[in-house]
Amino acid sequence: MYGFEALTFNIHAGYLEAIVRGHRAGLLTAADYNNLCQCETLDDIKMHLSATEYGPYLQNEPSPLHTTTIVEKCTLKLVDDYKHMLCQATEPLSTFLEYITYGHMIDNVVLIVTGTLHERDVQELLEKCHPLGMFDSIATLAVAQNMRELYRLVLVDTPLAPYFSECITSEDLDDMNIEIMRNTLYKAYLEDFYRFCQKLGGATAEIMSDLLSFEADRRAVNISINSIGTELTRDDRKKLYSNFGLFYPYGHEELAVCEDIDQVRGVMEKYPPYQSIFSKLSYGESQMLDKAFYEEEVKRLCLAFEQQFHYGVFFAYMRLREQEIRNLMWISECVAQNQKSRVHDSVVFIF
Amino acid sequence: MERRFVDNLPPMDLMRSEKMTSVQLIIPVESAHRAVSYLGEVGLLQFRDLNADKSPFQRTFVNQVKRCAEMSRKLRFFKDQISKASLLSSAHPVIQSDIELEELERRLAEHENELMEMNANGEKLRLSYNELLEFKLVLQKAVGFLVSSGSHAVSERELDENVYSKDDYVETASLLEQEMRSGRSDQSGLRFISGIICKSKVLRFERILFRATRGNMLFNQASADEEIMDPVSSEMVEKTVFVVFFSGEQAKTKILKICEAFGANFYPVPEDITKQRQITREVSSRLGELEATLDAGMRHRNKALASINIHLAKWISMVRREKAVYDILNMLNFDVTKKCLVGEGWCPIFAKNQIQAALQRATFDSNSQVGIIFHVMDAVESPPTYFRTNKFTNAFQEIVDAYGVARYQEANPSVYTVVTFPFLFAVMFGDWGHGICLLLGALVLIARESKLGTRKLGSFMEMLYGGRYVLLLMSLFSIYCGLIYNEFFSVPFHIFGGSAYKCRETSCGDAKTTGLVKYQDPYPFGVDPSWRGSRSELPFLNSLKMKMSILLGVAQMNLGIILSYFNGRFFGSSLDIRYQFVPQMIFLNSLFGYLSLLIITKWCTGSQADLYHVIIYMFLSPTDDLGENQLFWGQRPLQIILLLLALIAVPWMLFPKPFILKRLHTEL
Repeated sequence: MYGFEALTFNIHAGYLEAIVRGHRAGLLTAADYNNLCQCETLDDIKMHLSATEYGPYLQNEPSPLHTTTIVEKCTLKLVDDYKHMLCQATEPLSTFLEYITYGHMIDNVVLIVTGTLHERDVQELLEKCHPLGMFDSIATLAVAQNMRELYRLVLVDTPLAPYFSECITSEDLDDMNIEIMRNTLYKAYLEDFYRFCQKLGGATAEIMSDLLSFEADRRAVNISINSIGTELTRDDRKKLYSNFGLFYPYGHEELAVCEDIDQVRGVMEKYPPYQSIFSKLSYGESQMLDKAFYEEEVKRLCLAFEQQFHYGVFFAYMRLREQEIRNLMWISECVAQNQKSRVHDSVVFIF
Repeated sequence: MERRFVDNLPPMDLMRSEKMTSVQLIIPVESAHRAVSYLGEVGLLQFRDLNADKSPFQRTFVNQVKRCAEMSRKLRFFKDQISKASLLSSAHPVIQSDIELEELERRLAEHENELMEMNANGEKLRLSYNELLEFKLVLQKAVGFLVSSGSHAVSERELDENVYSKDDYVETASLLEQEMRSGRSDQSGLRFISGIICKSKVLRFERILFRATRGNMLFNQASADEEIMDPVSSEMVEKTVFVVFFSGEQAKTKILKICEAFGANFYPVPEDITKQRQITREVSSRLGELEATLDAGMRHRNKALASINIHLAKWISMVRREKAVYDILNMLNFDVTKKCLVGEGWCPIFAKNQIQAALQRATFDSNSQVGIIFHVMDAVESPPTYFRTNKFTNAFQEIVDAYGVARYQEANPSVYTVVTFPFLFAVMFGDWGHGICLLLGALVLIARESKLGTRKLGSFMEMLYGGRYVLLLMSLFSIYCGLIYNEFFSVPFHIFGGSAYKCRETSCGDAKTTGLVKYQDPYPFGVDPSWRGSRSELPFLNSLKMKMSILLGVAQMNLGIILSYFNGRFFGSSLDIRYQFVPQMIFLNSLFGYLSLLIITKWCTGSQADLYHVIIYMFLSPTDDLGENQLFWGQRPLQIILLLLALIAVPWMLFPKPFILKRLHTEL
């Protein structure tokens, strides 16, 4: 029953909740970001990060650093944390943790299929994949010619198999279809995750439904904006929206017919929680939309830590770490290319 | 008069922390590095961080710190390589001339380049060696699939025969063999790919091949005899040789792609048996050559690593020292106008001469014109606490510090802990047999002090080694307490003469019922050995040990309170003495001191009074008649007086001092 989790949660998941809260305390603060933004070279960044939790991962790198190395090692830390938590978890927490990585799996699958389409080497593509989303037979994706083969050869063994029922066609893979496939898979994944959290019940269901609804709405807005001016029909566009979230079902109707950004903005402003996002942007501007969405997401993720005895803290921690790594990548790129004036364009402070 | 006597006593070294003074150093830039490193060797000056608000890379010497970090990275790399090559680290530190930091940096860079080159070459060689080895394994096993086993003796002429049957082999395989032999080269029918793959991936590989070719393939596999070293992880990996039979060009491209995706290597195996034997011979000879080259390469690399290994420990300590020096230099303020560094810190007064001498040496060694200025400065904050301990008192000081570090010049409890801590342990241990074993262990640790001190010990041994003097004292006191309890591995002995008790009759029939009688003077030292095994052994011993513990405990508590009196006198705080020490003494002694008095009285007079009863009813009904629990005349009025004193002492110690302090505070 909701409200009595305090009695039984700690039996199985108390240790991991403590661990994840410890990791959260090690996230970089605004003071750290200020110092990082003042760095002149990548070596300064490495020196500053060696005093944070990333220290052991970066200390053995030889001196001429690349931005990709920094990002790789920081991602390695995220993967290590995740694997440690996954090893110690019992059901249903272990299933929950695995659900978090399916999004990365979908991204990796799309990356490899796109890369194969453009005739790139498989090993090179494998190196670019996100380590959290790796599964065993991922390299075989390069062999598939169309979606049916993709499913039959490789994906039927993976956890992504049930998401495929909606998007199996016999068409050959090309860029447009791959994007549609990605979004269809992601829609099925979000709905599955949502159902799973609802089944868990309690505080987890409440907090995760809030976070997942925001994710679904964000994707709906991004799909609408990205498909303005393409051949995607309105019905097809509507099929890509998830069937939960604040926009469901009326907002989806309106978003499906939008033809430019201002109309999208008009739709969003009808929903009070999202009004604040657009208020920071002037009319007609869409570059800052990403950052506005990230900021809103970070705010909600931080709120998840305010309550105890639910699984939402694990999801929130993974997302916050990913945001931090995105920040680090942006800062490193700006420093490496000597464009420090644009550093604050895209860094989202977590604390 | 008594006050003068107490004040004229010589000060105990460890009783109060060393007197410290706040100093300021002004160091010219050219002698800065040397000065700080000599000061580090003296080890008696603590610098205050004057740049605490700056981030790590805004400090002056950040480049040097980065260089040191880079060097220690290279040293870690070497250490890693050495341990991977399983060379033992050399235990004897080689005494060599010191080298400069730049020289060390250059040499480290050289060694690293050399090592990385050798590693790269070794890897290339290892890759080609692996390929050849895999080819050999594939040839070995694939031959078995293509030609039936046991047909080595079959000459080439026999292969022309179309009809061939082999009972052991699977029917389908013999059909395939027939087909292959009937049209040997350039078939468009059945073809095969032979290769080798990691054993862990075989199952999935087979499954994907099955799916990709829609089941139109035959997969044969056999384990390879030898393991192959994986160059990336330097571990031996088990591999499986496989042969895939298929038909069609499309299937071939698919299968090749899947092989590539799984990291399987395929090697062409000729169908002709003569060619097979020829290629096998070639491969074996090349393998032999490559093995020799690989061995030579590895030996060369190990020699280079060994030569680095000799200096490694020294280099590591040197780099750590340099980094520490630069960290300290970062704490100093760089006075740009005067071209010198300003530092502030604390040092004990007795060390001032040593520090002056070190600074003078630094000025002289760096040929600086200007000397280093070192003078005393006033400081607002309270000085740090520093105790000069030797190897014996160090362990006890650490134990006391674990509970809390004393304030500056406060009385140091570790002076008394040296005896009370092991003694109270011994009261609990109490067996002179076990005490002798513990003594032997402690003596062994102390005898091999110098050897054990240089080695790196495991965490348990380190604890034992650090506490070796504590163990020595514990064992000595345990022997003493064991003699008192008269227990040698729990067996009593008649060391100090005969027992004081004997049986009433010679047959000792009623020894267990009515008991023994005392016929001579009591046993001189310790518990009489006749107690062991008697019916009242436990009540007697328990009562004895509990009363003894109460006496020891109350004595120690009194000691603590008296130390607070000495603190009060030292700091001149009459408030503490009047409103803390006096009521605490009264409270403790009126209750527990009185209990100790009762215990001693009961022991001396042999009364049968129940002390539990006395103390409890002292509180519950103090005015009642004591009856058989009376130990001395006037006990009841004394108890009432002590109870009243204790009651007054509690508000006396809790209330006046805070109010007086508040009043003093608001007056300021």
